[in-house]
Amino acid sequence: MSKARQSTGATIAAHAVLIVYTIIALFPVFVIVINSFKTRQAIFREPLTLPDSDSFSLIGYQTVLKQGDFFLYFQNSMIVTVGSLFFILLFGAMAAFALAEYRFRGNMLMGLYLALGIMIPIRIGTVAILEMMVQTGLVNTLWALILVYTAQGLPLAVFILSAFMKQVSDDLKNAGRIDGLSEYKIFFRLVLPLVRPAMATVAVFNMIPIWNDLWFPLILAPSEQTKTLTLGSQVFIGQFVTDWNAVLSALSLAILPVMALYVVFSRQLIRGITSGAVK
Amino acid sequence: MTALELDKICKSFGSVEVLKDISLTVEDGEFVVFVGPSGCGKSTLLRIIAGLEDPTSGTVAIGGDMVNTVPPAKRGIAMVFQSYALYPHLSVKDNMTLGLKQEGQPKAVIEERVTKAVRMLGLGAYIARRPSDLSGGQRQRVAIGRAIVREPKLFLFDEPLSNLDAALRMNMRVEIADLHRKLGASIIYVTHDQTEAMTLADKIVVLRDGHVEQVGSPMELYNNPANQFVAGFLGSPSMNFLEKSVAGQTAGTILGIRPEHLRLTENGRIRGTITHVERLGGDTNLLVITDADEKLTVRLFGQYDKSVGEATALDFDDSHAFHFDQDRQRIYQSAA
Repeated sequence: MSKARQSTGATIAAHAVLIVYTIIALFPVFVIVINSFKTRQAIFREPLTLPDSDSFSLIGYQTVLKQGDFFLYFQNSMIVTVGSLFFILLFGAMAAFALAEYRFRGNMLMGLYLALGIMIPIRIGTVAILEMMVQTGLVNTLWALILVYTAQGLPLAVFILSAFMKQVSDDLKNAGRIDGLSEYKIFFRLVLPLVRPAMATVAVFNMIPIWNDLWFPLILAPSEQTKTLTLGSQVFIGQFVTDWNAVLSALSLAILPVMALYVVFSRQLIRGITSGAVK
Repeated sequence: MTALELDKICKSFGSVEVLKDISLTVEDGEFVVFVGPSGCGKSTLLRIIAGLEDPTSGTVAIGGDMVNTVPPAKRGIAMVFQSYALYPHLSVKDNMTLGLKQEGQPKAVIEERVTKAVRMLGLGAYIARRPSDLSGGQRQRVAIGRAIVREPKLFLFDEPLSNLDAALRMNMRVEIADLHRKLGASIIYVTHDQTEAMTLADKIVVLRDGHVEQVGSPMELYNNPANQFVAGFLGSPSMNFLEKSVAGQTAGTILGIRPEHLRLTENGRIRGTITHVERLGGDTNLLVITDADEKLTVRLFGQYDKSVGEATALDFDDSHAFHFDQDRQRIYQSAA
């Protein structure tokens, strides 16, 4: 009990460590954002100074916007990320509920099989996935990406969510059964609201890698119509000449939507992390 | 009409038999308590009646209809859980009305029943609150209210008071008894607490290791237990069992005497030493170790000036003594 309140020195030390880490983590982002508002010469001459009246320039943003399809790339990234998250959460939660709630033959085995998916990276199967997508005619569609990301995210989602669902009291589910709720209603109306913090955790864990992924968009959907933001930004990076203004502007813009999504989930996420701490 | 009829219910989980051949009837309006030590299968039996668990064999009939294949919601039952099991994200009112809405009851009926239940349980001020804003006793009332509004043929209570503190438990016990009188409903109540069983029940079913030890009214079981288990389980402090302490005792039999039936006398048949004295004001409990090295408890009414280490002699009325054989079964005989 006496440990609950730590000494001032320890508190300062803890905050110092956290502040240093925050600075280290945010520094690259900061450099990208300030340089995106500078002229090309200024970027190279003084990369670490803030833009002043001389060096300020919106040329990067203008290039990005003139490139025309950038809004389409944004839209594609958004569709792929939100779509994948939706399917990961829906199917992940359903599978987790089945594994946590019902006793059936092979329950344990199924859980282990899904856990295997956490350990084996999906990129190992890229060639096979590409062949499959070619045969089903899904190459160069956003569905190809959504399906792959859903498959990639499911194992961890099932793993985390089933652990949380096991904690939902049996009495509560039985009370629902006695009140005449169907198994689907018990799932959607009793269990899902209670594991919402866990859902948010899973969503954030999956969102950022999907948003940032370059590998699968490059391989499965490189066409102009289906390019994602990360892939679209690559046009400014050439073998010999790189349009740094445009690259930095594109990256700065790419931070915004994912930040917005994060804000949506973060309140739930924090509740999820601390849910075990306070009873 | 019988509210519930169980016929040869058996239940096993894998190779473990938890219920063995249980047959019971509950009459309309009867308050039946299942009592027994933990792990005796009483909760499993309740869950089978509710339809949350299927019996391995045997039939369950509620209100005269066989309900083995009927889902819980259509059995005409309502259940109150030990953990209350209120829906945490719904208000008190929504908690109570959910089941009725699922049944498709018209709004007016729902409104009327909820108003009635709220008045009966004194929940008026809390109707819009969430369960997390209520105290333990209030939550328990809401859980009972949720059962009342269903107007079931049979109420099932699964250790409803074990999460409450002692004072509240006593209040709720009185309230539940009161509720039973008002509603006149058939109730099955599971508990491991013999006080709850004795005070509430019209009929007690004592269970042990998955089978029924004895069925009867509280006083029948208290005055006339069929075996040593029932004799020892009901009554507080529990009955003393002596194999050799009483002068002139028949070898191989066990003598059972309730603590309140022992008295201090100069020339008593039991001699021993006091090891502990509990002064409760109204009663005095003496723990005694007999000269034959058996422990017993004596409950004396009033206050006594006894101290630890004092030698004492005890006696009892033969009409109050019970005799059991080596298989723990009652030997019916007039006197020792």
